[in-house]
Amino acid sequence: MAVVSSSTTFLGYRRDNGRVGVRNHVIVLPVDDISNAAAEAVANNIKGTLALPHPYGRLQFGEDLELHFRTLIGTGCNPNVAAVIVIGIEEGWTQRVVDGIAATGKPVAGFGIELHGDHDTILRASRKAKEFVHYATGLQREECPISDLWVSTKCGESDTTSGCGANPTVGNAFDKLYALGSTLVFGETSEITGGEHIVAQRCANDKVRERFMFMFNRYQDMINRWKTSDLSESQPTKGNIAGGLTTIEEKALGNIQKIGKRCKVDGVLDKAEIPDAPGLWFMDSSSAAAEMVTLCAASGFAVHFFPTGQGNVIGNPILPVIKICANPRTVRTMAEHVDVDTSGLLQREIDLDQAGDKLLECMLATANGRWTSAEALGHREFVLTRLFESA
Amino acid sequence: MIHAVLHDSKDTVAVAVVEGISAGTELNAWIMDEDKIVHVKALQDIPIGHKVALKDMAKDDTVYKYGIDIGRVVADIRAGEHAHVHNIKTKRW
Repeated sequence: MAVVSSSTTFLGYRRDNGRVGVRNHVIVLPVDDISNAAAEAVANNIKGTLALPHPYGRLQFGEDLELHFRTLIGTGCNPNVAAVIVIGIEEGWTQRVVDGIAATGKPVAGFGIELHGDHDTILRASRKAKEFVHYATGLQREECPISDLWVSTKCGESDTTSGCGANPTVGNAFDKLYALGSTLVFGETSEITGGEHIVAQRCANDKVRERFMFMFNRYQDMINRWKTSDLSESQPTKGNIAGGLTTIEEKALGNIQKIGKRCKVDGVLDKAEIPDAPGLWFMDSSSAAAEMVTLCAASGFAVHFFPTGQGNVIGNPILPVIKICANPRTVRTMAEHVDVDTSGLLQREIDLDQAGDKLLECMLATANGRWTSAEALGHREFVLTRLFESA
Repeated sequence: MIHAVLHDSKDTVAVAVVEGISAGTELNAWIMDEDKIVHVKALQDIPIGHKVALKDMAKDDTVYKYGIDIGRVVADIRAGEHAHVHNIKTKRW
C-alpha cells in the first residue's frame, strides 16, 4: 500500500493564515548583528524560546537589503513558528520586520534598544516572550491533509552515491507528493550547470522556462565576474571531490535527480520569495547548505529533504532537516546524522519506490512531531545570503 | 555483489559502491536504468564513490555519465583505471 495518498493526513499546527506548521517555535529574531546579545539573553531567560543570531543587518542597501528583510520576515512568517519577538538597535527597521510578520496574524512584538539599553530591552522583551510561550504551548496539533505540507530539498557534501541513491530517493518522494498537490521547492542555481537543459525541458511552459533561464544565466554571470579558476574545490567542493565527484556537470546531473521523473517545474522564485500556488518551484539560491536551507525556511517550507553522500551535518533552527544517505561508509561512520539509510539501493536490496516510501514514512513521523537527527544534535544553522558589500 | 553502478549503457565510467576495490578485481557493474550487469577489471585501486573507466578514452574525448556529457578527458584513460580530477576536467567555467 502506498505510504501517501490523497487521504493521508498529519498532525500539524494550523496558523491564522491557513498555513500548517510541524513545529511550534517561539523565536527571538535580531534585526541586526548588534542585537544578538539581547536576543540571546531573552532566549536564556524564557524557556521554550529560541534566539536566531546572525552577523548582518547594518548599512545594507538596495537588493541586498530587500533580501535581508525578506529573509527575516519570511522566517518569522514560517508556519513552524508560533510567535516572534523582534529586537533591533533602532525602532524603524525593527517595526518593518514586525509589520511583515504581523500580516500572518500570529503574535509578534518588536523592541528597539536605543534609548533603553540592553537591560531594559531584555526585561521588556522577556515579559512578552513569556506571554508568547504560554500562547504557543496552549496550541494543539490538528489533523491536516498531506497537501498542506510544504516540502523543500537541497543536497550537501554530495558524492557519486548522491546521484545514484539518495537524490533519486528524494525524486521518487517528490513525484508522489507532487501528484497529491503538495508545494515543493528545489534550487542551487550554480549546481544545475551542465544539466540546465534538462531542468528547462521540465518547465511547465515557456514563461517558466524563460524565467528559469534568466535566473540560471544571472548566476553564471556572477560566477564569471568573480572567478579566478574553474571553481575547483569550491564547486565541486573539496568534500565532493574526496567523495569521487569530478566536475560540476557530473555533480549537477546528480543534483537534479531530486526533482524526480514526473514533476513539472511550475514556477520560479527569487531568493526567499513565497510560492503562491502548489506545485514544484525552482528557487534561485546558493548551493551552500545552510544558506539554501535558511532560504527554504524563509519561503515558508515546513519539512526539508537533505540527501548527502559524504555526510553534511547541517540543520536549521525552525525547519526540520531529514538526512538521506546511500553511501554505506557514511551510514556506518556518521550514523547519528542519517535519518533515512537508502544504501540498499546500490546493492539492489531495495528498489527506488521502496526507498522513496521509506523517506515518506520518515517525513510523516517528522511532521507529526518526531525530531530529526539534526534537531536532536542541536544543529541550528541560520545563515543569511548576502548579495554584495554593505555601504 | 555489485561493485559499481552506472546509469545508462552509453556511460563511459561507473561508480564504485563498495569499499576496498583493489587492482585486479573483476567488477560487476550494474546499469541501473536497464537492470543489466557489465564487467570490467580494475587496473587500479578504486575508492568507494570514485569512478572506474569502462572504456579506453583519449585526451579531449567526452566522458559520459547518466548518458550525458560530464566533462573532457585531459590525460588518456584505459578501461579499468581510476577516472577523476587527474584525468577529467569540466567543460564549464
